[in-house]
Amino acid sequence: MKLTKLFVFLMIAVSLVFPISVFAEPTTIDWWHAMRGPRGDLVDKMIGDFNASQSEYKVVGTNKGNYDEVMNAGVAAFRAKKQPHILQVFEVGTQTMMLSGAIYPVFTLMKDAGIEVDWSRYMQAVLSYYMNADGNLMSMPFNSSTPVMYYNVDMFQKAGIAPLSKTDPITWDELGEITKKIVDGKIAPAGMVTAWQSWTQIENYSAIHNLAFASKANGYEGLDCELQINNPQVVKHIARLKSWADDNRFMYGGQKYQGPSAEFVAQNVAVYMDSISAIGKLKKSAKDFKWDAAPLPVEAGTAKLQNSIIGGASLWVLNGHPKKEYKGVAAFLKFLASNDMQEYWHKGSGYFPITIDAYDSLKSKGYYDAEPLQEVGITQLNRAIPTTISRGLRLGYFVQIRNIINEELELVWNGKKSPQEALDNAVARSNEQLRTFEKTYK
Amino acid sequence: MIKRSFFKSKYLPYLLILPQMVVTLTFFYWPAIQGLSQSFLLSDPFGRQSKFVWFYNYIGLFTDPLYLKSIFTTFFFSLAVAAVSLSLGLFIASMANRALQAKALIRTMLIWPYAVAPAISGILWLFLLHPSYGIVALGIKEWLGVDWNPVLYGSDAMVMIVMASAWKQISYNFVFFMAGMQAIPKSLIEAAAIDGASPFKRFWFISFPLLSPTFFFLTVMNIIYSFFETFGIIHTITQGGPGGSTNILVYKVYQDGFVGLNLGSSAAQSVVLMSLIIVITFLQFRFVEKKVQYGG
Repeated sequence: MKLTKLFVFLMIAVSLVFPISVFAEPTTIDWWHAMRGPRGDLVDKMIGDFNASQSEYKVVGTNKGNYDEVMNAGVAAFRAKKQPHILQVFEVGTQTMMLSGAIYPVFTLMKDAGIEVDWSRYMQAVLSYYMNADGNLMSMPFNSSTPVMYYNVDMFQKAGIAPLSKTDPITWDELGEITKKIVDGKIAPAGMVTAWQSWTQIENYSAIHNLAFASKANGYEGLDCELQINNPQVVKHIARLKSWADDNRFMYGGQKYQGPSAEFVAQNVAVYMDSISAIGKLKKSAKDFKWDAAPLPVEAGTAKLQNSIIGGASLWVLNGHPKKEYKGVAAFLKFLASNDMQEYWHKGSGYFPITIDAYDSLKSKGYYDAEPLQEVGITQLNRAIPTTISRGLRLGYFVQIRNIINEELELVWNGKKSPQEALDNAVARSNEQLRTFEKTYK
Repeated sequence: MIKRSFFKSKYLPYLLILPQMVVTLTFFYWPAIQGLSQSFLLSDPFGRQSKFVWFYNYIGLFTDPLYLKSIFTTFFFSLAVAAVSLSLGLFIASMANRALQAKALIRTMLIWPYAVAPAISGILWLFLLHPSYGIVALGIKEWLGVDWNPVLYGSDAMVMIVMASAWKQISYNFVFFMAGMQAIPKSLIEAAAIDGASPFKRFWFISFPLLSPTFFFLTVMNIIYSFFETFGIIHTITQGGPGGSTNILVYKVYQDGFVGLNLGSSAAQSVVLMSLIIVITFLQFRFVEKKVQYGG
């Protein structure tokens, strides 16, 4: 009894003399993200591993809803000076974040924290989306994906079409013949369907063929950029899809992925274009038939094929916290980029590993022999060094611009506008958005 | 003799209305003024810089043909919702009022849909009518041979959101019509019946005029409902598509402000929306209410 009392006294005495050093709480680092469900579990595990690996910092991850809710939460918190250290923001918010004045660029963060990072060992097509015009990384890529083409192997077999290559893309003309066989042979009611039409059919189509999406190097080099998607080649591509829509080789399934994915799973179409991160979902839902993935089709006779571009989100470090805490943020970001974490994340979520080392390590372990689907996107993404056009898009009010493109494309599909009219209109409307954005930041 | 009480203190009445004033000021006037001032600014979402631009945001709106189209869409939509839900609500109420058995049960069952949140109602109708996975939609396409596709055709999408929005509101209208009908003295209807008026005439010349205050109240409520609360339905079913054909004003405010972070334009849109509602309500009270008969 006496001994306990003595111990308590001793404890109090010690804590009074050394208030911090003995009972030092780890510094808390807040991370607001949009990962839920299975992806949320992966994130929690990664955070847990980091917290267990050291005792100085404690990362607390909070799911704040979907992408736009997370961004809104970050904006509101920043205005109230209660911002988290790390905020996950979707790729279309990149320009707004860069100009926000609320961020601590990742390349300076790493430099200030004294962490050497060999950026050349990262996947360049991923990094380039989040670099400024000088080639410095502004935010840490986290979940990145790219669109590929899924197809129904059973239907292809029935139509007498050989399985497609996982590395070399077919041409759009070939896809036209394939879908014709599928529809004419009454193997499926429609040929192909696409999710996220602006992203897969215009943004990625432009990048792969090195066509400017907007002037000023897609907006990287100035706010006074203008959209250029009404160029003859994109118009021709949309016109082709429209003519396919008329003879059922193409069907429109909605702006997002739910409708298109349902059509593919229900075997109403033979070909389905969507992000590589759909692999996991398809594995669960498309069990009645064999399916496979191939790179997105390309135009015949393209001299040099470019990389496709990414979608997804990156981690932005927000300023306004004590310097010491940023050391922890840097340590955490470095931890996330480690091979173990990247391999875990890639295997679990289907998103790209962001470093070449993690990719090589997975390769040497034979992961891609067992999971060849996972490599289709990576090959397509890495098939060329990104040009100033294929490295990404940097547009203000990009959310609205995607909406505009979606709206105008829908008017093409339901026959209210010609492809040329619709794309001209999309450009004119988007330019108005870009001018307002420019005016805001001038 | 009328009894009047007087309070000695001059300040007590002010004190008593203070809570109400505080609530109204903080939750209505303050945000409304903020919105009004924001609508004259161009500012970045993080609030680091903002510029006073006079009517730039408003000019942008009213020179945009799509915004004008969105106003038209909103009016069409709210009139359609009000018409469908009022007429069906009234019809069901007059039927249920004549039910002979299990009256209470029937009433309770009919009120239920009102308890469903708009977003849930949207999801329910989506599962019925989505062209790719909707059960009813598959039936429509299979057996009726109709090319039903709200994902592609604007008119189909409009039909779908009107149905989803009106369905919920039918129950609400039903409750009020039911209560209104029960307040109508039976003797009036019986007297008319003795005079040889058909059930339809009894309804049209007796019940309906006596229901007019309820009808008026419900029209206002339904229009306000379809202007604002249908947000959840639009968000879950069409997101304003296809081709902007179901992009009603309140959804556009959300799209531009919360998703697109164009705060100035979004604020200007809310001011326009607020003014529209004020004008509509004013007109309703000014012209429609005159024709309404309160009391017997």
